[in-house]
Amino acid sequence: MADTSMTMSGPRGAKPRKVLSGRNIMLYGILIVVCVYYLLPLWVMVMTSLKGMPEVRLGNIFAPPVEVTFQPWVKAWKEACTGLNCDGLSRGFWNSVLITVPSVVISIIIASVNGYALINWRFKGSDIFFTILIFGSFIPYQIMLYPIVILLREMGIYGTLWGLIIVHTIFGMPILTLLFRNYFSSIPEELFKAARVDGAGFWGIYLRIMLPMSLPIFVVALILQVTGIWNDFLFGVVFTKPDLYPMTVQLNNIVNSVQGVKEYNVNMAATVLTGLVPLIVYFVSGKLFVRGIAAGAVKG
Amino acid sequence: MAETQARARWTRNISAKIAAIPMIATALVVFLGGTIWTVVYSFTNSKLLPKLKFVGFDQYERLWAASRWTISIENLLFYGVMSLVFTVVMGFVLAVLMDQKIRYEDTFRTIMLYPFALSFIVTGLVWQWILNPQFGIEGIVRSLGWTSFTFDPLNNPDTVLYGLLIAGLWQGTGFVMCLMLAGLRGIDEDIWKATRVDGIPTWKTYVVVIIPMMRAVFITTLVIVASGIIRLYDLVVAMTSGGPGGNASQVPAMYVYDYMFQAQNLGQGFAASTMMLLSVLIVLIPWAYLEFGGKKHG
Repeated sequence: MADTSMTMSGPRGAKPRKVLSGRNIMLYGILIVVCVYYLLPLWVMVMTSLKGMPEVRLGNIFAPPVEVTFQPWVKAWKEACTGLNCDGLSRGFWNSVLITVPSVVISIIIASVNGYALINWRFKGSDIFFTILIFGSFIPYQIMLYPIVILLREMGIYGTLWGLIIVHTIFGMPILTLLFRNYFSSIPEELFKAARVDGAGFWGIYLRIMLPMSLPIFVVALILQVTGIWNDFLFGVVFTKPDLYPMTVQLNNIVNSVQGVKEYNVNMAATVLTGLVPLIVYFVSGKLFVRGIAAGAVKG
Repeated sequence: MAETQARARWTRNISAKIAAIPMIATALVVFLGGTIWTVVYSFTNSKLLPKLKFVGFDQYERLWAASRWTISIENLLFYGVMSLVFTVVMGFVLAVLMDQKIRYEDTFRTIMLYPFALSFIVTGLVWQWILNPQFGIEGIVRSLGWTSFTFDPLNNPDTVLYGLLIAGLWQGTGFVMCLMLAGLRGIDEDIWKATRVDGIPTWKTYVVVIIPMMRAVFITTLVIVASGIIRLYDLVVAMTSGGPGGNASQVPAMYVYDYMFQAQNLGQGFAASTMMLLSVLIVLIPWAYLEFGGKKHG
């Protein structure tokens, strides 16, 4: 259970056959066509963002630019307008950074301690709270939005970055707690007992034994949270004000604004910029990303 | 001695409990409390501010009388069924292809899964651009000489949901493929040997033996995909904002947001979100029964 069984270890199956059999041509043919479908949007997005507007209007969206220009990128970053603000997507980028970094750190700390307490320090009712938490992850967010608005307003942080950070921490908790709980359950209990005999306490064992032994799962949680929080739209719209909108919300406002002439190249540059952070995380993390997303698929 | 031990146990419990306060608060106050709060207030006539003036099922009657809501439900049902069928079938077929001892498996998987790392906003905006009638696929085919060619799903109320599907499938199928591939890899190699000895053709082995064995994977996938579909919101906002023609691609999550935060008609928003909860429970309860009810006996 702890190992998410998503280790895509070496290929198996029938004996190798001839390389150029009809079967292989079919197989690779289909896979390559599928890959073209998957890669096409990325290609179109990047190519459009490198063209000037005259070329966009005349040309074919699939064709590479005749004349490469980075002007759309500069404009998307520095000058694109949302409403009255014309300081570009950089504002949304920095908002997203300010939202994502604390949300990721806080949610991982809380969830890892939760998982640790649920495995090694069970107390009366702890499993009930955990069950509610897991069921809560399936409840549509919409039903909890307004009560949270009221709670945050009472705390005086509705519409601030900290309000949104708390929201991300809350909604990241079920999946992350499950992730850590399952991982910690695979650490031999003897280690924990030995540390207890040596007089280590709750935090001592957590910091000196559990934490160093579970770095891979922390990386998985990090990947999961960075992409999840960066890509969030709904919470950003509901819990922040226009000045503090995260990048996804600002991007949508730039591209779908009805005013002015549509600058498709700038729009696509903005779209690439917004997708860049999760894409980098994805390509750098490789198989760990698969493990992270699969964590949601593993029942507790 | 006994006293200090008792005290030690007490303090030990206390630090675990203190550490678990955020979890307890989230579970009880936000998840349980928030859900109950919204359900209770869905029976009131709250407008701008929540008020405890009960009006029975008035909000629900108004909800189901609103054409925008019934259209949202129809759209979600259509999108949901299509999306479930296509993601599961395509995901499974791709996983089978990937399981044929192919070369460059990692490269293929990386390409099929990368859209899943992107947000629905980015996904929606890219596809909006590709489906743009003037510059996108339609424009290109027309410029090649086929001047009557029409492919403009997003601006036609009858086809807008297919446009959303193209983008939604692009984003999510790779993930389902990964789940299915993990399921295929979890099947004992002896099963394959046995069917080969018996001379059962490969395709038949998949249909008759492998798919029934992967029941758990299929059910988990269906639950994950279905609970994601019910939340469908960002993709529609990015691609169509609910249009064309006002509400051809409306979905329930949009109705909730607009009534709660734009139209200041909280009661409607609460009633609509309670209906969303109900639809999740319809998906979830049979699954929980199968998963956890079955485990006790097995």
